[in-house]
Amino acid sequence: MSETTGGVEMQEDVSGVVKKFLYVNRKAPYGTIYALESLEVVLIAAAFDQDVSLVFLDDGVYQLVKGQHTKTIDVKNFSPTYRALEGYDIEKLYVEKESLAARGLTPEDLIVPVTLLSAAEMSDLMDGQDIVLSF
Amino acid sequence: MKFGIMVNEGPYTHEASDTAYLFAKAALEKGHQIHRVFFYHDGVNNATRLTEPPQDDRNIVARWSKLAAENQVDLVVCVAAALRRGIRDENLAEGFRISGLGQLIESGIQADRLVVFGD
Repeated sequence: MSETTGGVEMQEDVSGVVKKFLYVNRKAPYGTIYALESLEVVLIAAAFDQDVSLVFLDDGVYQLVKGQHTKTIDVKNFSPTYRALEGYDIEKLYVEKESLAARGLTPEDLIVPVTLLSAAEMSDLMDGQDIVLSF
Repeated sequence: MKFGIMVNEGPYTHEASDTAYLFAKAALEKGHQIHRVFFYHDGVNNATRLTEPPQDDRNIVARWSKLAAENQVDLVVCVAAALRRGIRDENLAEGFRISGLGQLIESGIQADRLVVFGD
């Protein structure tokens, strides 16, 4: 099994096809495992040369908040990994404006630069995708 | 149409696995293809051969195995998610195999639609 491509040998029928993959992160970073395991999918997906975008909405916006301290809950703080996404050529990060505002947050509170979209614009973004994976 | 399916919740606690199974079964009956079912998060618990539900209830794990045997459906369990939760080759039910997340991405690329069942 290949480590970087998650068990898939790159073959003719996979290489060359580029689809638009959207990863929708809706949940807080801790409390459930969805955020962490979503990030694991995104990192593997980067090896497939697909058109990847990430969305953060609802409590998912908390995944990107600066200054996370997780020592007292004995869980690894994985938020620095979001900063590494650029190195995987994953640069399209979108945050829903309303979700951010409802939680008293601004883009300055976030660990990475993002594009803000309204709920309506988010809907258009989703509409234009081939694959939407929701976590 | 060729479908890929992703199952993100374990059996019994959550309805996602039931709905995914019923969707897959209905799609096959209508003549569609199921390219692969990929189990992730607690969804990997659908693959343990150790479950023993009460006799008068559905057997979710056995139902997946039967679907795979009768329709050559590829049931893939994510290795990282599985190891975290104690799912290994030793306790894997019939018809399932353990592999990497790349199998999910590949399914997205090769199928016409990838349908996610989860919370």
